[in-house]
Amino acid sequence: MIKLYDYPASGNCYKIRLFLNILGVAYETVPVDFYPGLEHRNADFKAINPLGQLPVLDDDGFVIRDAQAILAYLASKYDAAGTWFDRDDPVALGKTMMWLAFADQITATSSAARLHDVLGFDLDVDAARKGAHAAFRILDDHLIEQEFVGEYWLAGDRASIADIACFPYVALAPDGGINLGNYHGIRRWLARIKRMPDFVEMPGIFLEFDEPMAAE
Amino acid sequence: MAKTTDAFALNEWLVIGRLEDATHDKPRVTRLLGQDIRAERTADGAIGVWETDLAGNKGRALPVQERYGHIFVTLGDTPRDLLEMPEFEEEGRRLVTIGYVRVKTSPLRVVENFLDLGHFPYVHTNYLGAEPQTEVANYKAEIREDVDEVWATDCSFFQQKAAKSATDGQQSEYEYRVTSPFITVLYKTCPIKPGAWDLVGLFVQPLDEDLCEAHSFVLPFDEENTDVELRHFQQTIFLQDRPILENQLPALLPLTPGTEMPARADATSMTYRRWLKKKNITFGVQKDAASTNSRAA
Ligand SMILES: N[C@@H](CCC(=O)N[C@@H](CS)C(=O)NCC(=O)O)C(=O)O
Ligand SMILES: [Fe+2]
Repeated sequence: MIKLYDYPASGNCYKIRLFLNILGVAYETVPVDFYPGLEHRNADFKAINPLGQLPVLDDDGFVIRDAQAILAYLASKYDAAGTWFDRDDPVALGKTMMWLAFADQITATSSAARLHDVLGFDLDVDAARKGAHAAFRILDDHLIEQEFVGEYWLAGDRASIADIACFPYVALAPDGGINLGNYHGIRRWLARIKRMPDFVEMPGIFLEFDEPMAAE
Repeated sequence: MAKTTDAFALNEWLVIGRLEDATHDKPRVTRLLGQDIRAERTADGAIGVWETDLAGNKGRALPVQERYGHIFVTLGDTPRDLLEMPEFEEEGRRLVTIGYVRVKTSPLRVVENFLDLGHFPYVHTNYLGAEPQTEVANYKAEIREDVDEVWATDCSFFQQKAAKSATDGQQSEYEYRVTSPFITVLYKTCPIKPGAWDLVGLFVQPLDEDLCEAHSFVLPFDEENTDVELRHFQQTIFLQDRPILENQLPALLPLTPGTEMPARADATSMTYRRWLKKKNITFGVQKDAASTNSRAA
């Protein structure tokens, strides 16, 4: 069975749990004491991921790190219909990869602000929040342009692993003292994701339908 | 802010971290009641805690207690006793510290939220409750003058997953005990040991009036789950509470009657607030209903 090295409060672990649930693939978790134990920094864990980061997935002995790489792997292996990651159309592939890479930009900024505000990590929270706003401006502009052309997702007219990858640390931004109130495109997109069949929550991301919706 | 002048708060024993949070090479640098402090493990193995100035220089050394897996200090000269928890001596129980969650609100709001059964189905859905079973049955809340504590007894709630050890839903019995404005423990039906109660404790570290760190522990009968699993269960619960707490307005707790009546009569909360008022505590309390209606400073 698939094993996910997991921390429940991690947005990067959560995106894997969310996608596995959408795909209907069974898995078990290996809980990692990310906080307060900082287990991801110890030697045993670094033998599994030398970067000392979560998540890591073990599929029957194939060990893969990096949330975006894991999403791409899972889509390629378990999404029979091929809707979540279109690898046949070069343009669709390019767009998906572009927004997959953008997810790390969101982790580096919004997630850092949250680690500071919630778990007291010692880092420059002003810089983190500023970086998050810069990333969210870009994301919001893109989502609004998408709505103009009748496409409601990051990489096209249907949800892809890029949406799953960018979603958690946008949704969790308020935990890090980042207000999403002015990002209307983002807020409508968050609401669309929460309405997906087989959506699951994590602490800090609630299933609520009070966000404004775009006409679809 | 500067160190508070609230005499009651100054004379409490307050948590500042877990025992392992202050080591030789990594001190815990934090704040208590507006006063910057620093905790480190000294050469003789004990934990020392000092007030520090803006540059981080050590000033006055503070009295320290290492108990219940945590470090407690007081800024006052005549502290009230730290609570006694005889359950720590009981055979078969296990202490698991959870760490802290920082919350931008009054420490008193965090304690009050912990005492509230009513939010379970909405905030801790499918863990500590679920709709439509939202009814809070009558229970008893009182100030026990002899021990100077607030107690709520005969509480009961149906829970989908009452603890990490729970495999089925159960009707959980609860008792709450508040021993300090910043410290509370609850006793709840142990899912796996008939007749036994598990303990969940909350030690709130007041940094500033509207900023705190909620440290917690569990002391359950549970041989099944690892420490990490128990930690994750409890952290999940606290992280579900955090956004709710940060959205409660005003951040400082109103104690003037009539300023904020909970929709559903919440007897424990009212008793807790009455007790705080009797103690003349001002730290974390809304100063003047007219001037502080928003979070804007
Ligand atoms: N690019 C990586 C980033 C993962 C990441 O930052 N994970 C966090 C937890 S959410 C972590 O393990 N941080 C520890 C560190 O970077 O030292 C991914 O998306 O998987
Ligand atoms: Fe709660």
